Amino acid sequence: MADFVSGFWNAWVMVLVFLSIGFCVFVLISNTTKRTSGPVGLHDHVWDETLQEYNNPLPRWWMYMFWITIIFAITYLTLYPGFGNNQGKLGWSSAGQWEAEQKAAAEKYGPIFAKYRGMDLNAVAADKEANAMGHRMFLTYCAQCHGADAKGAKGFPNLTDNDWLYGGEPETIKTTILEGRQGMMPPFGPALGADGVKDVANYVRSLSGLANDSLRAQRGKEIFTQNCVACHGPEGKGTPAVGAPNLTDKTWLYGSSEATIIETVTHGRTNRMPAWKDFLGEDKVHLLAGYVLSLSKNAAAPAEEKK
Amino acid sequence: MAQSNHDFIERKVGWLIVFTLLTVSVGGLVEIVPLFHMKSTTTPVEGLKPYDPVRLVGRDIYIREGCYNCHSQMIRPFRAETERYGHYSVAGEYVYDHPFQWGSKRTGPDLHRVGGRYSDQWHRIHLLNPRDVVPESNMPAFPWLDRPAKIDDIEAKMNALRKVGVPYTDEEIQGARKALEGKTELEAVIAYLQGLGTALNAGKPAAPAVAAAAPAPAEAAAAPAPAAPEKQ
Repeated sequence: MADFVSGFWNAWVMVLVFLSIGFCVFVLISNTTKRTSGPVGLHDHVWDETLQEYNNPLPRWWMYMFWITIIFAITYLTLYPGFGNNQGKLGWSSAGQWEAEQKAAAEKYGPIFAKYRGMDLNAVAADKEANAMGHRMFLTYCAQCHGADAKGAKGFPNLTDNDWLYGGEPETIKTTILEGRQGMMPPFGPALGADGVKDVANYVRSLSGLANDSLRAQRGKEIFTQNCVACHGPEGKGTPAVGAPNLTDKTWLYGSSEATIIETVTHGRTNRMPAWKDFLGEDKVHLLAGYVLSLSKNAAAPAEEKK
Repeated sequence: MAQSNHDFIERKVGWLIVFTLLTVSVGGLVEIVPLFHMKSTTTPVEGLKPYDPVRLVGRDIYIREGCYNCHSQMIRPFRAETERYGHYSVAGEYVYDHPFQWGSKRTGPDLHRVGGRYSDQWHRIHLLNPRDVVPESNMPAFPWLDRPAKIDDIEAKMNALRKVGVPYTDEEIQGARKALEGKTELEAVIAYLQGLGTALNAGKPAAPAVAAAAPAPAEAAAAPAPAAPEKQ
């Protein structure tokens, strides 16, 4: 497809193409000599005193190849875009080919997606075929952050541990994938000062029974009550609605060491799960949500045998 | 004379050179030169903005580190590619790229629509040591990126780009140094990556400018699709 800024370029391409093909034809014809009976003449160029060359005609098969390329060029330019603005008889375009490919895929895979579309997520999670599809998609789209084993990494949640920042209900997981999540813990360093941060870090460690300085923890409790309960709740059990983690359990997104907690409280944390609604569409997200759901369900059950 | 006409070219070296040059230049004159005079290759897609100073610096670091050796920035219109990377690339997205970073080889994935695909934090960890987030990755680590970005040539860079057609305003060039203050190379690269390929969706009616201008019925059918190109 050509959308030239002026008709000149259309003419430019057409004239040049026409001339060069015409020139090829001319060169071919003008150099075609027929084999005649009788002895073949010699070129009059002599090398190395006596070495001369017969002026044989070009081999036929070789000549025909040249003609075939010319016929191919003309046929191609008739069928496909290339000759100036000419769209070609087939109306082909790369975008059109992609559309056709998409359509064929929709026809082939559409019924498979349709089968699961209306299915309850718990049922999808229990379906072997759906999980196989979800697994493949997970490896393509999700493994870069959550890991090929879905166990996550520092700052990237583990999806197999049945512990959920935003809640583990099937529909919530689906919403998370569709809309993404924006996790934000504000920095408290400036407000609390280094000592205050250390106190509250010790209190936070005490919540899940980790070793702590009890004196600092006691002071930290007060700071916690004033600053942290809005999101993490009075008992530090978290608020799934805003993605504030439960501080009393053994799951730590960034780590549970005193130094890491101090870093978290001082500088805050921002984290983002991208939204996949536009990219993947509902159908695929449905399967992915089912797969993610199955990960924590199956983690509890004994590992299934392969095949 | 029993000689064929090619004798003439074979014996006159001057003419041989002339005819060789003519023959070799036809391809370029027909296939390359007209591309500089097409709407689809010279009109930016709706919503495309010139790189802001931070992204521009990030882009130069991308080039310096040779990222293009392993990462392409060109999603071809095949389903196998659009399923993984997103909507196929259109020419109007590269109008402000001098030079473009299409690349020619994918040891790593295509990056043309990597913008928004990962969090900034992911990029930070991944650039400093890819294996911290993707254990099976064979991408080299770039630990030295966490240092202040070089900014003293930013005005010259932007002026040079303006000369080749990137519409930077005087205010933008004057404010560039300020925008870059305190930025590390890491931040600049991440800003660059996070902006990649996002213009096509930002320009509202979502149809790429090329498709909108296309006369072919196939393109007309494509027009409403790109809002959700991956839909099955």
